[in-house]
Amino acid sequence: MIYREAGQYWLQAVLIPFLIYSMAAIGLNLLTGYAGQLSLGTGGFMAVGGYAAFKLTTAFPWLNIVVVFALAGVIAALVGLVFGVPSLRIKGFYLAVATLAAQFFLIWLFNKVAWFTNYASSGTITAPPRTVAGVMVTGPLATAGARYVAALGLVMLGALVAKNLVRGRIGRSWMAIRDRDIAAEIIGVRPLRTKLLAFGISSFYCGVAGAEYVFLYLGSAETLAFDIGLSFLVLFMVIIGGLGSILGSFLGAAFIVLVPIFLTNVPHMLHLPLPVALQKQIELMVFGGLIIFFLIVEPHGLARLWQIAKEKLRLWPFPH
Amino acid sequence: MSALVEIREVSKAFGGVQAVTRVSLDVTKGEIVSVIGPNGAGKTTVLNMVSGFYHPDTGRIALEGRDVTDLAPSRIAELGVARTFQNIALFRGMTVLDNLMLGRHVHMKSGVLSSFLYWGLAQKEEVRHRRRVEDIIDFLKIQDLRTRPTGSLAYGLQKRVELGRALALDPKVLLLDEPMGGMNQEEKEDMARFILDVNEEWGTTIILIEHDMGVVMDISDRVAVLDMGQKIAEGTPDEVRANPAVIKAYLGEPKASAKEARRG
Ligand SMILES: Nc1ncnc2c1ncn2[C@@H]1O[C@H](COP(=O)(O)OP(=O)(O)OP(=O)(O)O)[C@@H](O)[C@H]1O
Ligand SMILES: [Mg+2]
Repeated sequence: MIYREAGQYWLQAVLIPFLIYSMAAIGLNLLTGYAGQLSLGTGGFMAVGGYAAFKLTTAFPWLNIVVVFALAGVIAALVGLVFGVPSLRIKGFYLAVATLAAQFFLIWLFNKVAWFTNYASSGTITAPPRTVAGVMVTGPLATAGARYVAALGLVMLGALVAKNLVRGRIGRSWMAIRDRDIAAEIIGVRPLRTKLLAFGISSFYCGVAGAEYVFLYLGSAETLAFDIGLSFLVLFMVIIGGLGSILGSFLGAAFIVLVPIFLTNVPHMLHLPLPVALQKQIELMVFGGLIIFFLIVEPHGLARLWQIAKEKLRLWPFPH
Repeated sequence: MSALVEIREVSKAFGGVQAVTRVSLDVTKGEIVSVIGPNGAGKTTVLNMVSGFYHPDTGRIALEGRDVTDLAPSRIAELGVARTFQNIALFRGMTVLDNLMLGRHVHMKSGVLSSFLYWGLAQKEEVRHRRRVEDIIDFLKIQDLRTRPTGSLAYGLQKRVELGRALALDPKVLLLDEPMGGMNQEEKEDMARFILDVNEEWGTTIILIEHDMGVVMDISDRVAVLDMGQKIAEGTPDEVRANPAVIKAYLGEPKASAKEARRG
């Protein structure tokens, strides 16, 4: 029984959020890591996915929830396209500010317009029970195991598609725009189309992640769940994990999920219980320090360190 | 036969600087035409107008009879115009192979859905284009550099890879802005050989800016001379060499040779 509960804890507190954050981090990494367009709107695009999935599944309860997630991704992609239009004219810092505006606007919209929550007086959206192949995957009765398998399946599919995208024509054109837009144009890469595609696909991933966030992880959510803090959290994952790496998106997500758990449990095991407030602060300091480290020293993040370690291990114990 | 590239009376000013004034030039299919002139004569500006980076204030540019004056660079690339830059514009963090595959961009079709639904199809396309890129790698003798990031290559090799990326577009017209700038004699000879071979083997039309008179006179079918934004002469290498206006422009403007000395 204790074993079972420990398993539940790992699924609910670690593995499920890890998989969902990975999906969002892949999305942001496609946009920022591959196409070089900095976005602080991730939370907003995830909110679009979450609210779209809620509206869709309550309006069309017979619609398979996987289809609902996909459609929520498509709606987030369309919203992402709209907010991607300024990227043709503005770059870097100014684009980041524009996406920040998108973040605030979207959250404001979902707060303001009661239609999005089906006029719930609490202002929250709640995942209704839905099944896939007869197994309950969302709602209060869905087991952590079922939700985990659903999130795992989605992120595996998402990662596979993302990997195929980035190593083919589309990924190369994103990197071309990122590295040297003038040279990209001279070989026939159309800047607006390429950037918009990055915004659209990135937002699709973020939208699906947002739907999962509500349906597979939180169970119910308010706009607060998608606030600017979430945008930064996913950005930290991408930076720490490695800009321009699909694997890095997973590593970054794992890292950010595991650090707080580590900080809770290790002092406990060492019989040095930390006050919760201090623990939160250490957490922030660790993230802050690491982000500065990775931005300055190793922009390719954990993914690159992993690669180096792998090469070293292959040769070990020999120096070359 | 009408010209492949028609440049008609184009002018371009930057603020107060009149960079190019009413320059016309026709380039016939299969030709190698060189544009020469002292520093600041407006050579690069003319190339930038042909490739769509600048749009002329007045005048027209046509490609195969089609007006391309106001098209964006990416559209002009799609019509078969490739170029290299005076100060190299490779994707420095990417490998030679990726740079060349990017050169194939306009010929590749696979979209988001095909990468997803028809995964095999996208892969087949990748393989097909890779084959063409391998031909170019063999042609330029850069087999050993495939997986090297271009930023780590010696200057002369970067120029060669940039030529490769332009060739990967299978261009009808190749615009080369000082492809031998900063090279030593041996590298220059190699580059001249490549340019001639491209022209002969694939019939590619080439417009070339170059300061090295020896090379220019050797490989060009025709030469156009710019000075202070205006075309002061045009003709075969022999005609241009004997033209008094050209001699005067070069003698009166020693900067060009000074630049050569600095680079050499
Ligand atoms: N983007 C620009 N903005 C302002 N002035 C420019 C710009 N591009 C070119 N010029 C000016 O136009 C004139 C022609 O420049 P251009 O680069 O075409 O000369 P060039 O013949 O290629 O010279 P070089 O042999 O040094 O490459 C110069 O006076 C230059 O300063
Ligand atoms: Mg020039």
